[in-house]
Amino acid sequence: MAEKKANVKIEDLLNPQNFDFSTVQVLDENGTIVNPDLMPDLSDEELVKLMEDMVWARELFNRSTALARQGRLGFYAPTAGQEASQIGSISVTTEDDFILPGYRDIPQLIKHGLPLSKAFLWSKGHVEGNNYPESLRAYPPQIIIGAQYVQAAGVAVGIKKNGRKGIAMTWTGDGGSSQGDFYEGINFAGAYKAPAVFYIQNNGWAISTPRELQTAAATLAQKAVSAGIPGVVVDGMDILAVYAVSKAARDYAIAGNGPVLIETLCYRFGAHSLSGDDPKRYQPDGIQDEWQAKDPLIRYRKFLTDKGLWSPEKEEEVIERTKEEAKAAIKEADQAPKQKVSQFLRNMYETPDYVTQEQINKYEAKENK
Amino acid sequence: MAQKTMIEAITEALAIELRNDDRTLIFGEDVGKNGGVFRATQGLQDEFGEDRVFNTPLAESGIGGMAIGLALEGFRPIPEIQFFGFVFEVMDSIVAQAARTRYRMGNTRNIPITIRSPFGGGVHTPELHADSLEGLIAQSPGIKVVIPSNPYDAKGLLISAIRDNDPVVFLEHMKLYRSFREEVPEEEYTIPLGKANVVREGTDVSVITYGAMVQESVKAAEVLAEEGVSVEVIDLRTVQPLDIETITASVEKTGRVVVVQEAQRQAGVGSKVIAEISERSVLSLVAPIGFIASPDTVFPFGQAEKDWLPNAEDIADKIRELKEF
Repeated sequence: MAEKKANVKIEDLLNPQNFDFSTVQVLDENGTIVNPDLMPDLSDEELVKLMEDMVWARELFNRSTALARQGRLGFYAPTAGQEASQIGSISVTTEDDFILPGYRDIPQLIKHGLPLSKAFLWSKGHVEGNNYPESLRAYPPQIIIGAQYVQAAGVAVGIKKNGRKGIAMTWTGDGGSSQGDFYEGINFAGAYKAPAVFYIQNNGWAISTPRELQTAAATLAQKAVSAGIPGVVVDGMDILAVYAVSKAARDYAIAGNGPVLIETLCYRFGAHSLSGDDPKRYQPDGIQDEWQAKDPLIRYRKFLTDKGLWSPEKEEEVIERTKEEAKAAIKEADQAPKQKVSQFLRNMYETPDYVTQEQINKYEAKENK
Repeated sequence: MAQKTMIEAITEALAIELRNDDRTLIFGEDVGKNGGVFRATQGLQDEFGEDRVFNTPLAESGIGGMAIGLALEGFRPIPEIQFFGFVFEVMDSIVAQAARTRYRMGNTRNIPITIRSPFGGGVHTPELHADSLEGLIAQSPGIKVVIPSNPYDAKGLLISAIRDNDPVVFLEHMKLYRSFREEVPEEEYTIPLGKANVVREGTDVSVITYGAMVQESVKAAEVLAEEGVSVEVIDLRTVQPLDIETITASVEKTGRVVVVQEAQRQAGVGSKVIAEISERSVLSLVAPIGFIASPDTVFPFGQAEKDWLPNAEDIADKIRELKEF
């Protein structure tokens, strides 16, 4: 049989114009405003607050790294390089918003109201770290990559049903955008026009697997197209861009238009976690230097300094304050009561069943010896 | 009192709880206008509106995640997983997320989710519809597993499950949906979770079972009665947590026990029941513990179901064996 000719040119369907997701930037690497139209409507004080929070996050990273190396913390996922992405996004929220962080999104949790001592307790492996007051609208850090996306869709549907003026906000990474739950989450939220803002913090690496190996898609934000929702790529080293896009996305979602997917292009300065990961094993030489030059603090520091809003003294003051805060928080965390297995058993069900009660009795007897 | 099928009893329980508590929500694949593939939610969207009873996109993990999110927003979600063979797609939400939330959050949050799902052999479904997968859930701490064996129990247990502040997996055996009717009161009533039911009292041998195997066990008990053997049949009703007191009391009375499940020998909760009896009551036993279960293969192709599923005859043979031991 003669070979049949195919008349459809599949290659045309991959025309780059179909995937035009250009990166939103407000402030370039030199600290120059390149897109004044998108400049967020913020007072000088609010502009300074963004810097204070980024410096705080960077110093929290430094303190956490030191504490982890001293064995005073447990699991810790470094955040340096993602300050603009993390602070820029959380800064648009209010207490009406419900956040579902991943394990690297601890700065956002603290900014949303979790005491730092509790964040440290979570890292150390203590139940009090996840004991949130009812008023704190947040779910503890997610370990299963992508699970927070389907949950965020549910929270957003709930917010809509409750008629509250708020959103569900969640974050995953470039690796997370490959998970089934990622698609199910954005798809559910889209189908119900639920007020959710989903972030992909594309920091280049899922442990050792580079972004390029996650997908053939040119951008991660374009995955929004398949769910029929807006997708935006934003310079994740530019806090003004992250803030501007996040604010617009939150407003859009609250207005009843449905969810938004935001990809923040950032970089993980250093290791995946402090549990033995060494980026030198898999990252190309020189790439860290390349990204360090794009450091969100460098460009924003320059921008604010040029405006006369920032100084080395001011920065030093924030760093000192953060050091004191971390010192007090770790001290408090160290004083948390020893955990009891009997209490764990009591936390399994509202009312313990027969076999659980037997075990409670057994462990209480041991604990009271 | 009206004679009702199990599916009708389930619909009635759902309607009662939708009426009683405006935080309850029913959602899943085809549960809206269509009333679910088995019509368990028939008419509920019409009566309670699309805000309370609604279809979802076809994605089980999405359904599970949505249930958790809605629970965090203060709702009492009653999602349906269309067939329990599809549970693998939503295992993370059920056992890694919902079941752990109370524990993780230091007992500060309720996760009152009731996941309903049909399962069970004997109705010639395609593969991955009928499997008895309750053991997978029952061995995961933090979640309850309820399996009614008749219409009356289904209604009372489902109302209790929905009112429970912990996640519950409520498994509905497809063969029981419409195979018989029985008296089911119109009004609301509850049957406590975690309590077994002595379906038939006896003194010689205890049969401990659940789901569709309750009927088979009762049939076996009737045959044995004619042979002069008095068989006690216990319907676990809830397979996690187990009603240890009822199990123990029966075993210590009869001294002989057969554990019966539809799940494969390596699956289900039978092994756990046997372990508890072994630890607690072994000195009361006058014969080895009998275990009737399906063989350790994948759930069979439809035409072979009859040869694979345990039945009253298998149970009766085992009882005789133990009686003569």
